[in-house]
Amino acid sequence: MNQPDLIMGAVAYAPKVVTIWEGFKTWFQKRGLQFDYVLYSNYEAQVEAQFNGSIHLAWNSPLAWVRADRIARSLGQSVQAVAMRDTDRDLRSVIVTRADSPVQSIADLQDRTLGVGAIDSPQATLIPLHHLRSAEVVDGRDFQVRRFDALGGKHGDHIGGERDAALALLRGEIDAACMIDGNLLAFGLDGTLPAGSTRVISQTRPYDHCNFTTSPDAPAYAISQFVDLLLSMRWDDPKVRPLLELEGLKQWLPGRTSGYAALERAVDEDNFYGPDGSIRNAEYRY
Amino acid sequence: MDPTAASATPSIDTEALGLDEGALLLVRRALAQVPVGGNLLARGRAPNWELHLTAWCRQQGHAIQTSALSDGVCEAIVTRGPWAEGRWRDALTAGQSQLPAPSAKPEWGLAARGATVEAGSPAFNFTLSNRDELWATTADEIYAQGVAAQWDPQTAIDWDTPFEIDPEIEAAVVQVMTFLVENENAALIVPARHLGQLHPHYREVQQVLALQCADEARHVEVFTRRLGMRGRQPMLSTAGGQASLRTLLQAPDFSSATFLLSVLGEGTFVNLLSFLHEYGPDPVTRQICRLAARDEARHVAFGMAHLKYRLSVEPDYLARLQNAIEQRHEALAPTSGLNEEVFDALILIAAGSLTPAAIARGYAAVQRLKLDMAAGRKSRLLHLGFPADQAQRLADLHTRNFM
Ligand SMILES: [Fe+2]
Ligand SMILES: [Fe+2]
Repeated sequence: MNQPDLIMGAVAYAPKVVTIWEGFKTWFQKRGLQFDYVLYSNYEAQVEAQFNGSIHLAWNSPLAWVRADRIARSLGQSVQAVAMRDTDRDLRSVIVTRADSPVQSIADLQDRTLGVGAIDSPQATLIPLHHLRSAEVVDGRDFQVRRFDALGGKHGDHIGGERDAALALLRGEIDAACMIDGNLLAFGLDGTLPAGSTRVISQTRPYDHCNFTTSPDAPAYAISQFVDLLLSMRWDDPKVRPLLELEGLKQWLPGRTSGYAALERAVDEDNFYGPDGSIRNAEYRY
Repeated sequence: MDPTAASATPSIDTEALGLDEGALLLVRRALAQVPVGGNLLARGRAPNWELHLTAWCRQQGHAIQTSALSDGVCEAIVTRGPWAEGRWRDALTAGQSQLPAPSAKPEWGLAARGATVEAGSPAFNFTLSNRDELWATTADEIYAQGVAAQWDPQTAIDWDTPFEIDPEIEAAVVQVMTFLVENENAALIVPARHLGQLHPHYREVQQVLALQCADEARHVEVFTRRLGMRGRQPMLSTAGGQASLRTLLQAPDFSSATFLLSVLGEGTFVNLLSFLHEYGPDPVTRQICRLAARDEARHVAFGMAHLKYRLSVEPDYLARLQNAIEQRHEALAPTSGLNEEVFDALILIAAGSLTPAAIARGYAAVQRLKLDMAAGRKSRLLHLGFPADQAQRLADLHTRNFM
C-alpha cells in the first residue's frame, strides 16, 4: 500500500478491535479507498492525535467527541461527526435497585450508596449522575458514589465496570447501580441479574453514543468517500456482516450531534474537561 | 384510527412474562409472521418491559414506538426491520438430507446434510469429499448392524470363570495377545485418520468408521486384559511386524488403505480369531476371540461394500488395487514376516501340550489356518472382479504378518 488516503484512529478497548478494522481496511481498499488505521490505548491520546496531524478521522466515544469539539472550537477550528451506528442513537441509562430494596425513587437514595461505572463512562457515570443532579439529588452531598472502574481512558467501552456494579448490587454492597439499557437487557438475558431480582427506579432521557469525528483539515474527498462506502455496507453481504456483528450494528447512519447535550452538561458540572478540552478531573487515570 | 385496520395489525400480549424470562421468544415468533416493514402490536406488563423491548429492537434493527397504558401495561408498535432475512441471502443448501452429493463443498462445513448454511461460514478442508472415493451403498445398514452388535467387555466376558492352564500354554497365549494388541492398534489408527479427513456430509461412512474405531478400542482392551490375567507382562513385538503394520498407515488413499486393511488384513484376522475361538485353551480367550471376529467380519463387509462401489463407478481402479498389494509386498520383502514366536505360540495353542504327537496336530492346524486365510483372500478378490489367476497370485502376496 502506498501513502494512505485516509488514516483513522480507533481505541483498542478489546482484542476484537483489530479483527474489525483489519476487516474493514481490506474492504475499503478493495473499493478504491486507501484506508489505514492506528490504534490507541485510550481516547485522550486519540483525540490529541486529531490535532497534531496523526489521524484524519477518529472513531470516537461520545466523551471523546465532546473533547474534540471543545479543543477545535478553542483553536478556531471545527470537527464534524460524519457517521454513527444505528445502535448509537437514542440510548438510555437506568438506575437499578434490588427488587426488595426500600429505595422506591431517586429521593430514597438519600445517604445511600450508588454504584457507577468507570470515571470516564458517559453511560454508567457521567450522564446518570447529571440526570440525578437535575432532580436535585446530588452525588457527594445526598448520597455516596462507589465507582466500578474497569479501564480508564476507554470511556466505559469495556462492559466490566457495569457488570461489577450489578454484581455488587446483588451482593448488597451498594444500594443502587447505573447501567445502559442494553446492558440491563443483556444482564437479564445472561443471568447476571436474575429476572425479578432488580427494579428500575429511574431512567435518563435518550442520548447518542459514538461517532466518526473528522480532524480539522481532514481531506474532504477521502472523508466523503469513506462515509459513502460506510453507508453502503450491507448487512446481507457475508463479507462485512461478521464485522458489523462484532461492532454491534445493522447499518451505518449519517452522524448527528443532537444527542450529546446531556453529556456536555455533565462534563461541565463534573469539571471533567475545561471549555478548551483540557483535562480537569485530577482523579482521572488512563 | 380505523378500527378494522387496527384489528388487522398482528398482535402479541406477553402479559406478565418478562422479556428476560422467555417472552422474547414470543415476540420473535410473532414478528416472524409480519412482513418486513410491517407492524406488530406488542403489549406487556412485566417490569422493565418497555426498556427491554426498546433495547432489543435497537440491537435487532426494528423500529419501535412505545406508549404506557393504565395499570402498568405498556404497548409498542414494532416495525419489522429487514436484517433477519439479510443473514440468509445467498445461503447454501448442504445437499439433500436423504441423498449424499457427488461432492461435498468445504463451505458446508459441519452442517447437517440438507441444512441451510449462512453465506460466509468458514470453509473446512476435508480431503475426503468426493462420494466416489469413499462411499458404500450399504454403509447405513452396516452402521445399524454395528450399533446393534456392540458388546460390553465387562459383562459379555466371563472374566471370573476359574480355569487351569499349563504355564507353557499361558505363555503362548500371552505372546499371541501381545501380537493381537499391536494389530488392533493399527486397525484403530487407520480409520481414525480417515475419520478426521472425511467430510461429515457422508455421515453414514463417518458413523461406520467411528464405530469401527470403538470396536478396535474394545479389542485392544480385551486382549490387554487377557494378556495380564495371570500377572504376566506383554511379550515380544518384532520390527518386521511393525513394519508391516506401518505400510497400512502409509497407503496412498482411502480406498487402497481400506482394501489392504479391511479386505485383506481384517479378512485374514477373521480366520485367525476363529482359529483362536476354536483352539483357545481357556473360556476367556475363546469368548473374546469369538466377539472380536464378529466385529471384524463387519469391518470386512464395509471394506468390500466400499470397494465394490468404487469399482462400479471406476472399473480401472482395479489396477490401483493390484498395485497397492504389489507395492506393499515389495516394501515388506526385506522384512522377516510373521515372528517365529507368534507362529510357535499358535502351534502350541492348537497342540495343547508339548508332546510330539500334540505338536504334529497343532502344526497341521496352523497349516490349515494359513490355507484358509489364503482361500478367503482369494474369494474376496474374485468377488471384487479380479480374474482367477490374478486373484490367486495376489492373495499369496499378502503379508505373512496376517494383518
Ligand atoms: Fe479389531
Ligand atoms: Fe477391525
